[in-house]
Amino acid sequence: MRIESTKEVRVSETLLKVDRLITAFDTDAGLLRAVDEVSFEVRRGQTLGIVGESGCGKSVTAMSIVKLLPQPSGRILDGSIRFKDRDLVHASGAEMRKIRGNEIGVIFQEPMTALNPSHTIGKQLCECFLLHKPMSRKEAWQASVEMLQLVRIPAPEQRMHDYPHQLSGGMRQRIVIALAMACRPDLIIADEPTTALDVTVQAQILELIKEQQQALNSAMILITHDLGVIAETCDEVVVMYGGRVVEKAPVEEIFRAPRHAYTKGLLASMPHLDTPPKTMLPVIPGMVESLQNFVRGCRFCQRLQRQGTSTLERPAFVEISPHHWVEACPLCVDSL
Amino acid sequence: MSTPLLHVQDLKVHFPVRGGLLKRTIGAVRAVDGVSLSIAAGETLGLVGESGCGKSTLGKAIVRLSSPQAGRIVFDGHDITHASQAKIRPLRRDLQMIFQDPSESLNSRQSVRSILEEPFIVHGLGTPRERQQWVNELLERVGLPSASADKYPFEFSGGQRQRIGIARAIALKPKLIICDEPVSALDVSVQSQVLNLMLELQQEMGLSYLFIAHDLAVVKHISDRIAVMYLGKIVELASSEELYRNPRHAYTKALLSAIPVARPGHQKQRILLEGDVPSPINPPAGSAFGHRINHPRYAETMGMDLSLKEIAPDHWVAADPCCLSEEDYALCQSLP
Ligand SMILES: Nc1ncnc2c1ncn2[C@@H]1O[C@H](COP(=O)(O)OP(=O)(O)OP(=O)(O)O)[C@@H](O)[C@H]1O
Ligand SMILES: Nc1ncnc2c1ncn2[C@@H]1O[C@H](COP(=O)(O)OP(=O)(O)OP(=O)(O)O)[C@@H](O)[C@H]1O
Ligand SMILES: [Mg+2]
Ligand SMILES: [Mg+2]
Repeated sequence: MRIESTKEVRVSETLLKVDRLITAFDTDAGLLRAVDEVSFEVRRGQTLGIVGESGCGKSVTAMSIVKLLPQPSGRILDGSIRFKDRDLVHASGAEMRKIRGNEIGVIFQEPMTALNPSHTIGKQLCECFLLHKPMSRKEAWQASVEMLQLVRIPAPEQRMHDYPHQLSGGMRQRIVIALAMACRPDLIIADEPTTALDVTVQAQILELIKEQQQALNSAMILITHDLGVIAETCDEVVVMYGGRVVEKAPVEEIFRAPRHAYTKGLLASMPHLDTPPKTMLPVIPGMVESLQNFVRGCRFCQRLQRQGTSTLERPAFVEISPHHWVEACPLCVDSL
Repeated sequence: MSTPLLHVQDLKVHFPVRGGLLKRTIGAVRAVDGVSLSIAAGETLGLVGESGCGKSTLGKAIVRLSSPQAGRIVFDGHDITHASQAKIRPLRRDLQMIFQDPSESLNSRQSVRSILEEPFIVHGLGTPRERQQWVNELLERVGLPSASADKYPFEFSGGQRQRIGIARAIALKPKLIICDEPVSALDVSVQSQVLNLMLELQQEMGLSYLFIAHDLAVVKHISDRIAVMYLGKIVELASSEELYRNPRHAYTKALLSAIPVARPGHQKQRILLEGDVPSPINPPAGSAFGHRINHPRYAETMGMDLSLKEIAPDHWVAADPCCLSEEDYALCQSLP
C-alpha cells in the first residue's frame, strides 16, 4: 500500500524554522516593525502558504529569509531563521549569495525588479548556472534553453536573445520562475508567482513546481492572495495581519473551520463564479493602519475600531486544536 | 444600436523580429492579428486569454501607446488610429489606462502627491489648493490614508502601489479605462474593495471598462460581455453569463476548467492543454488552437476563413472545425 503523501509530510525533516522574527524599517517616523514576531516552519516536501492583505508583511518576511531587505532602511531586529543547520540571521553577505539561487530559489512579486533590463534573458539564465554550478558556457546555454522549455516558453531558442521588455507580463514571470528553479534549490520562496499568468498556464506551472518539489523532496513557501491556488497547492496556511500571524493551520482546517474573524473575512470577500454579477462584494470593514499607528494589542480590533482592552495587550498565540494555531483575541475568536 | 464609445475594427499590431548578422528584420511577432470589438458607454467588456496572446498589446494600442499596422480605432467619434500624440492629448482625459505591473508605470522619484497632481496640471485644472483637495479625495476614494501623499511609490506594498495607479487613472473622470490586470496584484479583500469601487464609479459616472484579467471569477463578476482571445485573435465573445454557462470554443472550455477552486481536496475535471503554447512569431497558417492540440482537421483550416459567427443571439464564436463540436460547426456553416 502507498502511504498518503500528506502523512509523509508531517514527519519529514524541518528545512526552515523562522522563530519570532522581527523586521523593521528605519523611517522618518522612527524604527517601524513590518514583521512583528512571526514564527513558522517548513518541512521537506511541504508547501506553506502565506496569505493576508496587502501590506501585512508577507514580502518583507520572505525578503528577510533571503536577506534581500531594502537597504539601508530594512533590518532584522530579533528572532532567528534556521535553514538546514545554519543561522541565516547572522550569515554573511558572501554566504547568502551562495545560498540564494542555489539552495533557496526566490521568485519575486514584480518580475521587472528581478530581471536586469539591459541583459538578454539568455545571459541572465546562463549567469545563474555559471555562478553556482561547474558548467561550461555551452552547457549553461543548453541548460538555460531547457529551463525555458520547462516553463513553457514558446520558441525558447529565439527567446534567449530577447530583452525583458520584449516579453509579455506572463512570460517575464515564467523567466523569473525558471531562474528560481534553475539550480534545483531545496527551498523555493515564491512571492505571488502566478499572479501574472492566465489560469491554464498557472495550472501547468503549479503542476510543474509540484513535480519538481516531489522529485527533489524540496519545500516551498507560496505567497499568494488567490485562495483557490492556496487550496490546491498548500499543505499548511499562515494568515498574516499587521505584521503578525493571526492564524496557522492545515489547509483543510483553514477553509473548513477558520477561527479568526480576519480569516473569515478574507474567505468571504472572494468572488465565486456563482456570486451575482455586478453586485457589491463583501469587504472587510476599515483600513489597514500604517505601521506607525499599530497598537500593541489586537490589530484587527483596532481596524474595526473596537473600543476596549483588546487593543492594549498582545493576545497570546495558542494551539486551539491540534496543529491549529490562532491569535487568541476574545473578540475575534469565538468560543475560546 | 447606438454608436459605441469605442469601436475597434480589424486591428493589427506587429513587432519586427530582428536577427542574423546585420540585425535585419526577419519576421514579425503578430501580437494582435485582426481584432474587432466595441464597447458601449457604461459597459464593461472583459478580455481573457492565455499569457502572451496579445491582451496588453491590444490595450496599449487602443490608448495609442503603440501604433497599429492596420485596422481602425474610433473612440468617442474620433478616428485615433493614426492620430499624432498632440491630437490625442486632449482625448487622454477621457481615455485612461491602468497597467499590469505597477512598478513599470509609477515614477519612483515622484511623490504620490505629484503623481496624482500631474494629470490635473497637464490639463490645466484647478488651483494648487484645489488640487491638494482633489489628491486627498482620490486617496480616500481608493482607500489609502491621506498621509500617503508625501510618500514615494517604493514605500508601499505591491497592492498599495496598484491603488495609486487606479487613483491616477480615475483622477480626470474618464469615459473609458483600459484596465490591464488591475487587481491581479491585489489580495482578495482589497480586490473586492477595488472591484466595488470600479462598479460604483461606473454607476456614478457611466464609465466604460475594457477589463483585462486572468482571474475568471473576477472577470465574470465585473463584465457585461467577455471576449476570449487566443494568439492575437478573438475566438469567442458573449455575455458573461452565457459564456460561463454555455462555452462553445474548445479553448474557452479548457480555460473555464482550469479555474482553481477554493475548496481543498476538491477534485475537478481539468482539461489539460497538450502541446506547446504557440508562438506569435510565425504563427501556424491555420487554426492556432487546432495546431496546438494536433487536431485531425487542422490541415483543412489552412487558408480557411475562421472569423466569428453569431451562433446564438449575441454569442459569437470562431467558425473553426478544430475547436467546435460537430453540431456547432455545422450550425456556424449554415450562418451568413
Ligand atoms: N522600503 C520600505 N520602507 C518603509 N516601509 C516599507 C518598505 N517596504 C515595505 N514597507 C512596509 O512594510 C509593510 C509590509 O510590506 P510588504 O511588502 O511585506 O507587504 P505584503 O504583505 O507583501 O503586501 P502585498 O500583498 O501588497 O505585496 C507595509 O506596510 C509597507 O508599507
Ligand atoms: N515591445 C515589444 N517588442 C516585441 N515583442 C513584443 C513587444 N511587446 C509585446 N511583444 C510580444 O507580443 C506578444 C503579446 O504580448 P502581450 O504583452 O500583449 O501579451 P498578454 O496577452 O498581455 O500576456 P500576459 O497575460 O502574459 O500579460 C508576446 O509574444 C510578446 O513577446
Ligand atoms: Mg508583497
Ligand atoms: Mg499582459
